[in-house]
Amino acid sequence: MAALRSSSRLLATASRSAFKPAVLTRSMATVGDATNQAEPKNSTVSKMKKFQIYRWNPDQPTEKPKMQTYELDLNKTGPMVLDALVRIKNEIDPTLTFRRSCREGICGSCAMNINGTNTLACLCRIPTDTAEMKVYPLPHTYVVKDLVPDLTHFYKQYKSIKPYLQRDTPSPDGKEYRQSKADRRKLDGLYECILCACCSTSCPSYWWNQEEYLGPAILLQSYRWIIDSRDERLSERKAALDNSMSLYRCHTILNCTRTCPKGLNPGLAIAEIKKEMAF
Amino acid sequence: MNVSRVGVRALQQGAKPNVFFSQNLPRVAINAIQTRPASTNKITENDAQSLLAAQRRQRPISPHLQVYDPTQTWFGGSIWNRITGSVFSGGLYIFGATYLAAPLLGWHIESASIAAAFGSLPLAVKGSLKFLLAWPFAFHSINSMRHLTWDTAKGFSKKSVMSGGYAILGASVVSALGMVLFF
Repeated sequence: MAALRSSSRLLATASRSAFKPAVLTRSMATVGDATNQAEPKNSTVSKMKKFQIYRWNPDQPTEKPKMQTYELDLNKTGPMVLDALVRIKNEIDPTLTFRRSCREGICGSCAMNINGTNTLACLCRIPTDTAEMKVYPLPHTYVVKDLVPDLTHFYKQYKSIKPYLQRDTPSPDGKEYRQSKADRRKLDGLYECILCACCSTSCPSYWWNQEEYLGPAILLQSYRWIIDSRDERLSERKAALDNSMSLYRCHTILNCTRTCPKGLNPGLAIAEIKKEMAF
Repeated sequence: MNVSRVGVRALQQGAKPNVFFSQNLPRVAINAIQTRPASTNKITENDAQSLLAAQRRQRPISPHLQVYDPTQTWFGGSIWNRITGSVFSGGLYIFGATYLAAPLLGWHIESASIAAAFGSLPLAVKGSLKFLLAWPFAFHSINSMRHLTWDTAKGFSKKSVMSGGYAILGASVVSALGMVLFF
């Protein structure tokens, strides 16, 4: 793997050096200095924006969580909230802590509450107005540090729905479990879920009952296995949800559908499970 | 991993002399023993677990209702469906119990006396009292229809979720005003 990666990097370097001298430049989300960049039209005018960010340090547990304000020039910052956070960490305050990895909305690490709704910082544009921006960790979660929530329970719940194919009969050709196109299409809008927990932590029902209620993300995943034509444990999966808490704490508030940064519809998936349970 | 990276770096520097790193860096890097400036203490598995447990007990819960978009919490259709429903069912119980106890306590809450008392109120008070009863009734009725539709797994698109909320709010105000004016 390492060899593969470095050889592709080597290729990339070779092709890059054909066009310009290969100084060790790394394409980072943050814009370090304006000289490398295509100059914005009014780069002389700085466009300052304040970011209020939730801070809590586990090394000083007696101190209450507080909001800390940082000011950035938007003309020198990338377009997304994650760019701003990375820039604050690099240039202003290295103690600011947050999760991030892919910066393109596929890992789900940078899920947080931005200006009142949960979303991925890497997919959320910074509004260009000069109003203060507020960034909190995912609501009603235990805070590990600053913007990092403890998702242990969330992952345990995911494990509890057995998120894998369960079947006893072998495939007819001994190779793969085949599926019709129509059956495969049923998984669209479900398999894309990256388990960022934006929807679950937007749900007031999940806030009050997260010990027992599974929450929209896990229920969407559950439906993904319920509807899979290759899975043979439908009745067991349904029986596991057949109690007052696991599924039926959903009161169709639909904050989940409104907040999903991937444009999925957990509310619809839950309604489909309820329908599946009823008939 | 390290060795292959060093190879890449050597190649890059072959392309152009680097201002930041000297040419013989690759050889040095191979020979150098990696050191980490931070020091770590080894602790047993049990100690690590108890440390984690102690830290977990101190973790704050991140803010929720106070920071989440109020149009989706305080002014959401869901909570108002519950509030209006509770007001009406609670009101029914309270009024029923009072009606039962009224003859014993000598209160006059028969329909005729209530109607007479209401009739003697000024017009503005009459209207606002009627609206206060009519709006929750209209809102709860219309929004409940929406919940029934949702039970058939229809009407879940993001657009209809958002615009439907405003449509129901508007419809409930209009029909409440209608009830105030015509009943």
